[in-house]
Amino acid sequence: MPEPSADKQFRAACNSVQIVRSDTTARLIFAGEWSMQRDSADAASALQSLCDGRAASVGFEASELTGWDSSLITFLLKTLDQCRVRGLGVDTGGLPQGVRRLLDLATAIPERSGARKTAVRAPFLSRVGSASIDLWKAALDMLAFLGATTVALGRLLSGRARFPKAEFFATLKTCGAEALPIVSLISLLVGLILAFVGAVQLSLFGAQIYVASLVAIAMVRVMGAIMTGIIMAGRTGAAFAAEIGTMQVNEEIDALQTMGVSPMEFLVLPRMLALVIMMPLLCVYADLMGVLGGFIVGVGMLDLTLTEYWQETVRSLSLTNLWIGLFHGAVFGVIVALAGCMRGMQCGRSASAVGTATTSAVVTSIVSIVIATAIITVVCNVLGI
Amino acid sequence: MSASEPHIRVEDLTMAYGSYVLQRDLTFTVNRADIFIIMGGSGCGKSTLLRHLVGLKEPAKGRVLYGATDFWGSEPQERDRIMRGIGILYQSGALWSSMTLAENIALPLREYTRLGAGEIQDIVALKLALVGLAGFEDYYPSEISGGMKKRAGLARAMALDPEILFFDEPSAGLDPVSARQLDDLILELRDSLGSTIVIVTHELASIFAIGSNSVFLDPETKTMIAGGNPRQLLQETRDPKVRTFLTRGEQ
Repeated sequence: MPEPSADKQFRAACNSVQIVRSDTTARLIFAGEWSMQRDSADAASALQSLCDGRAASVGFEASELTGWDSSLITFLLKTLDQCRVRGLGVDTGGLPQGVRRLLDLATAIPERSGARKTAVRAPFLSRVGSASIDLWKAALDMLAFLGATTVALGRLLSGRARFPKAEFFATLKTCGAEALPIVSLISLLVGLILAFVGAVQLSLFGAQIYVASLVAIAMVRVMGAIMTGIIMAGRTGAAFAAEIGTMQVNEEIDALQTMGVSPMEFLVLPRMLALVIMMPLLCVYADLMGVLGGFIVGVGMLDLTLTEYWQETVRSLSLTNLWIGLFHGAVFGVIVALAGCMRGMQCGRSASAVGTATTSAVVTSIVSIVIATAIITVVCNVLGI
Repeated sequence: MSASEPHIRVEDLTMAYGSYVLQRDLTFTVNRADIFIIMGGSGCGKSTLLRHLVGLKEPAKGRVLYGATDFWGSEPQERDRIMRGIGILYQSGALWSSMTLAENIALPLREYTRLGAGEIQDIVALKLALVGLAGFEDYYPSEISGGMKKRAGLARAMALDPEILFFDEPSAGLDPVSARQLDDLILELRDSLGSTIVIVTHELASIFAIGSNSVFLDPETKTMIAGGNPRQLLQETRDPKVRTFLTRGEQ
């Protein structure tokens, strides 16, 4: 059986508002604790009934109020707003002093006209149009960036550029040696997968031995480069964009420019060169790991001997395949470095802009890698190599 | 110090982002050895004006003259030469985070002088000592406090003994004592090196303590509405906006 005091406490813990009407005035009587942590009482219906009534003025009473916070203020602001619309007189005298002062503060400066943002939804065609224009501008930006990089490279080759050697070697290390473990794992697995898929089909004809050539040609000619490219896009391209983007946020790029040091020479060039040097090397390494993966399947599952597998691999590979693979690798190196550095340089001046730049760098790299592969494959086909 | 020899002239400058005009018709002169204050409420374009003066952003209209040379109208080599003569302390310090303080200060020296490694090291130590950071050569920017970053940024800005020093909100984020020390340092630099100093700030204490000339930007009319010595401006101005600003709204 609950004690009476507990019952009273319960009532006190609930907020409430009552409307008491006399001839011309309506009094709003607040009681209990008004808190954002509780469900607001019948505030909405009270406001409604106040509006429906025919009072000429509104007063307040708060002697029963035990506590209040912003929920009471917002309710009162709505009430005052309604009173103003209906031309009712308002007497806030009955409210606690703190509440009155906050109400005064909230209504002291009227809303600036035009400050509120209005969402304008453009018609479909206009949105398509501006999206196309943006796309065109983005393409022009990319070309401009490529041009600026080429100019910087030209200055470097003619010995006029400032080239930060320490930064270059540090980048060589992070995008070369430190990428080896992940490149090993992924390429080995891709080799394994290729061999498995090939083995199932080829063993139908008793041609298991061609698993070796399948894996060798696929890895060396294109898969090694693609897998390395995608790994480097996620690993290094994203890092470039985040590094340069953060420098942009931190005004470090401005500081370079006003010192007369070209950010293209100082930041972009070392990163791009490091990646373009390292990518083909990583590709060769990925090729080897892929062939090793195929070898594990061939010898472990298909009962080929080591020499058989080796000889078939050597027989099927030509130097042309290797050159094509290396070419892929170098192109992907340029793409990943270009996308990473460009998105970093274009980065806005906020924390979220760095995130956007990073995402955008990875997406741009991967899409460009796939498109470049398609183009190179078609060109090779046309040229018959 | 020759009192009123013009150092930087801004003529009829309009600043805009795309079609959005931030300020228009700005015309003022910064004299040699002035401590020139660019002031105004938040968002009126003070920092953008600074970016125009130091060559980071091209004006939509108008000219910025260094001495008799039109900055934006001259060849890139000439612009580089002018930019080498200025030092900038950015709001956050903008030290290059991948380099130590010594490397930060040494970069412009290596870039633009023929000094050997030992001499550069001596100059770096001197500049760090001038800003009260002697011995911090091998610290990275992430290892020191905000106030120290500002002072290190100042050491880098002074690396090439520039004729003009720009400060973007030097006292933002500093405690009152550090802010005062920075003000004293600025005065000291002006007096000893004879540098011209341009400061973007809305810190009243600094404005009255060190400012010798100023321009007041107003965001509503989008142009400058006052200028001159801040203390004199406080005495003489009739403009209610300027008065409100300079008295913290108390009069």
